[in-house]
Formats: sequence, structure tokens, C-alpha cells
Amino acid sequence: MARGAGAARRSVTMSAPTDAATARRAVAAVWRIESAKIVATVTRLVGDFGLAEDLAQEALVDALRQWPIDGVPRNGAAWLTSVARRKAIDGWRRRERLDERIAVIAHDLEREQDEAADALPWDPDAIDDDVLRLIFISCHPELSREAQVALTLRVVAGLSTEEIARAFLVPIATVQQRIVRAKKTLAAANVPFELPPRDEHAQRVGAVLGVLYLIFNEGHAASSGPDWMRPELSIEAIRLARVLVALMPRERDAHSLLALMELTAARFPARVDANGDPVLLADQDRSRWERSRIARGRAALAGADALGTGRGAYGLQAAIAECHAVAASVEETDWDRIVVLYEALSRIAPSPVVELNRAAAVAMATGPASALRIIDALVESGSLRGYHLLPATRGELLRRPGRDDEARSEFTTAAALAGNERERALLQAKAAGR
Amino acid sequence: MKYMLIMRATDEAVEAYTEMPFEEVIAAMGRYNESMMKAGVLVAGEGLTDAAEGFVVDFSAEKPLITDGPYGETKELFNGFWIIEVSSREEAAEWASRAPLGPGAFLEVRRVTEMSDFPADNEWIQKEEGWREEQARRAAQ
Repeated sequence: MARGAGAARRSVTMSAPTDAATARRAVAAVWRIESAKIVATVTRLVGDFGLAEDLAQEALVDALRQWPIDGVPRNGAAWLTSVARRKAIDGWRRRERLDERIAVIAHDLEREQDEAADALPWDPDAIDDDVLRLIFISCHPELSREAQVALTLRVVAGLSTEEIARAFLVPIATVQQRIVRAKKTLAAANVPFELPPRDEHAQRVGAVLGVLYLIFNEGHAASSGPDWMRPELSIEAIRLARVLVALMPRERDAHSLLALMELTAARFPARVDANGDPVLLADQDRSRWERSRIARGRAALAGADALGTGRGAYGLQAAIAECHAVAASVEETDWDRIVVLYEALSRIAPSPVVELNRAAAVAMATGPASALRIIDALVESGSLRGYHLLPATRGELLRRPGRDDEARSEFTTAAALAGNERERALLQAKAAGR
Repeated sequence: MKYMLIMRATDEAVEAYTEMPFEEVIAAMGRYNESMMKAGVLVAGEGLTDAAEGFVVDFSAEKPLITDGPYGETKELFNGFWIIEVSSREEAAEWASRAPLGPGAFLEVRRVTEMSDFPADNEWIQKEEGWREEQARRAAQ
């Protein structure tokens, strides 16, 4: 790492007032970096996550109003935390006649507040655990997936409600409602601001990783909207996964998920053509794949493997992505290894979609006949009924040995099931034998 | 988007730095690096050894000329870099301004180019594509 020329202490003076837009962007930048620590610190202070989030948001509103006038403070995090604390004290002051105990807390806090005007607003030894508590509470199993996603992006990632709404193509009011309701749910269930107990740990980590993967996938295969990809959202999920790895370095699946995301995101520059249409893996220009991301993904996977506890579902998927990432072309891909990895994946996380992918890999490794047997078993099980990629894959496998009529009929079925315009057109063309 | 924070320092600053307690400097830089890691923004970073160990390849003449330091008129030498992945220019500026550096030190902050910065019909990319197709043809034979 780089070493500096002198570690002089920074002064605490305010910089000169700048233009309003620049100041607002500076507020947003500080907020992105510090929101989790600020909300976690205030939660510890007031003992109530929902209230803390409100207070932190109010402090943010104050910053957006004041920094453009007064200039950006040297220590923005201290400024924001201190304003949120002040608001907590004011709230208690208003209630102190009702409760003497609260009055005592308020007095103590006020004294601390004066003493700690410029100090780091949190205890560096305790803040990591507080941020983790915040991540766990945002992804708490009492909450719906939508609420977990909204809370994680707003509280942990520091996105604004508007940004979340834009990313998920829902009205701002909907995101606001999700967050308000989520905080109510947590309060009603009396969810403590704590790290999960040992016996729940694995499951709770799983929930957090699930939320991050959902955010990532929404960014690279958008479930709705005109754009097929919204990479900023995926990059945000990667950032959060890095945070998780840094805070929980012994957590194998955190490393694995980070690896999977980096290796998948490495292909983003090649995933859409000049018209914004999706490009399939086989047709992608591999020179556009992002080499540094592949390197980081492989390093993360090595980090997971180094923990010596084998591979979970994320690890196996990352390993499959790695096989593609290091291959110069479809032909040069190690399909035998991919088949083995899919077999392992279908043992620990069996799903019809994994089976379908395994069939496609088997077709590449050993030819269409054995792949067809897997597909036919899938058809028989009926578990992917209505999923256009099942007949589409079957059609491809039939076409290779020249069973053209059967293949065309599969493509016709697939075209009728496809939801995406462009995909449907492609399948119709294949059904017509073109 | 990714930004590179390129550290430069005047000779005086480098000298002042060598006189500082080593442990203190390392600790401050360690805290800075750790804070960026824990925020999930740090993707790369390296420090460079003493400039006296380095050399220069000069392309002014027909044939590249290799010379040991000193570096001619260069006043501020590079001595390290970080690459961070952030959501805005302002976020890059915020991280850069937190570096534990003193007078005489500068951070030059530059955005790292992405594929989207190049047109898809870029000549180099087309060449690369042609080369890849050729490779694929050979592999298939």
C-alpha cells in the first residue's frame, strides 16, 4: 500500500461556501461513505433502530440545507452524527417532565456532546460490530424481501429513497412505504440491535447474502423496465459484499458470493450490443471482459477455498463462472469441469434450473444424446412447465442430430412462452427453420 | 466508476516523511487503507520504493533510451497509488481528502477508463476481434 509524506492532522475549519449543487453532491458523498456508521452509532445511543434512522435522515436533511450555505465541514460524519444526537436530546428534553430517567440520560448525553465536538463520532473498536448489527437488522427474517432490499440500500449503502425507486422502477412513495412499514415491523417484533445468536448465525448470514445477490441480479438481469441492465445496482451489491467480507473474514460464503459477483460483472461490458440488446455468452466479445474484475473474483474464490471448508452453492457457481472467465472461447472452455461443478451444485442445491444448466453443459462436454436424457427427465417431472428455456434448450439439442421437425415444434412452444419481445422473435425464427 | 488516486510528493515532503516516526506513519496509512477496505471501495493499491532505485525509459529518440534517475526537471515524484470503486466524483474526492498526507504531498485523482469510454467500432477492438476469430478458427481445425 502507498505510504504518505507526513501524517499531519487535518484542521477543523470550514471550507468557504461553495455553489449549492457541489455542496449537495458533497453531502451525498459523505452520506454514502458514513450512513451505516452514523445510523449504527445513533441506534446504540437511542436504543431504537427506527428512531435512529429517522434522526439520521433528519440530520441529512439539515446538511443538505446548511452545507450549501456554510460550506462543507471538515469532518462531515462528526457533523451529521452530532446533529442526530442533538435531535435525540431535544426529543428527550421535550419528554423529560414525563420521565425523570430520560432527563438523566439527556443530561449525560449533552455533556458528552460538548466534550466530543471534534473527536471521531464512534468508537473505532466497536463500530465494525455495530455496522454488522445494522446489516443483520436490515436483512432480518421478520421483513419481506422487498423491505430487506429497501432498508439495506438506504441504511447500509446510503442510497436515497429516490435512487432506490429509480433502480427498481417503482414510485418513490412505494419505497418510502416499504421503509416505514419495515421499521414498524421490526419495532412490533421487538427485534434487538444485536448480532444473531450462534444457533441462528448461519441462517442469518444466508439471509444477508440472499439480499445482496438479489440486488446484484436486479442490476444485471432487470426483472422489468426498458433497460436490460442497470449495472450501478450490481456494483453497489459488490461493494456491500466487500464490506461483508472485510467485517466477517471467516465467512466462506461471503467470499464466495463476492467471487461470483465479480466474475459475473466482469462480463458486463460484453453483455449488450450497441443497440442495448442482450448478447449470449457464446457470442460475447471476450476481449471486452473486465480483466481486473476476473482477477479479483478469482482472488475472492481462492479466499473462500483457503478457509478449508469446501464449497457451497455460491462457491460452485463462482467456480463455474471462473471456468468461463479463463476460457479464450466457447470451444476452449473446460466443459467437463463445468459438468462436474453442476453435478456438485445439483447435489447441495438441487433445482430444475440447475438441472437445465447442467444439461446444456453436458451437451457441450459429451454431446446432445446424454443431455436430452436430463431434459426429458425434467419435462417428465413437470417442474419447469411454462418456462420457455426448457423447450428452447430441447429444441437446440434435437436440431443437432437433425431431428428438425421435432426441434421446430419445441421452438414454437418456446416462442409462445417467452416474455421478452426480442427472445420471442429469435425463437420464432428458429421455429420457421431459419 | 473507478478512480486512481496517484500520490505525488516534493523532495522536501519525502525528506520530511523519512524523518517521521516510521511506526506512526505506517499506522496512519494502515488505518486509512483499512477504512477504504471496510467501506468496500478499495480495489487496488501499491506503494513504490525509493525513486533512486527506479529508472526512466525515454522515447524522445528513435530508440528508447534507458537512464537511471534523476528525472530531469520532475519536481514531484510518484510514490504510490490507490484504485477505488465509488459512485461519484465527489465520493472519490472525499476519500482522497482523507489520506493521511501532509504539506508538499498531492493526490492526483483520475477516473479509470472503462470499455464504454471506447466506441464499439474502435479500430483496436476490431483488430482484437479479428485476432480472436482467427484463434477460434485455428482451435476448431
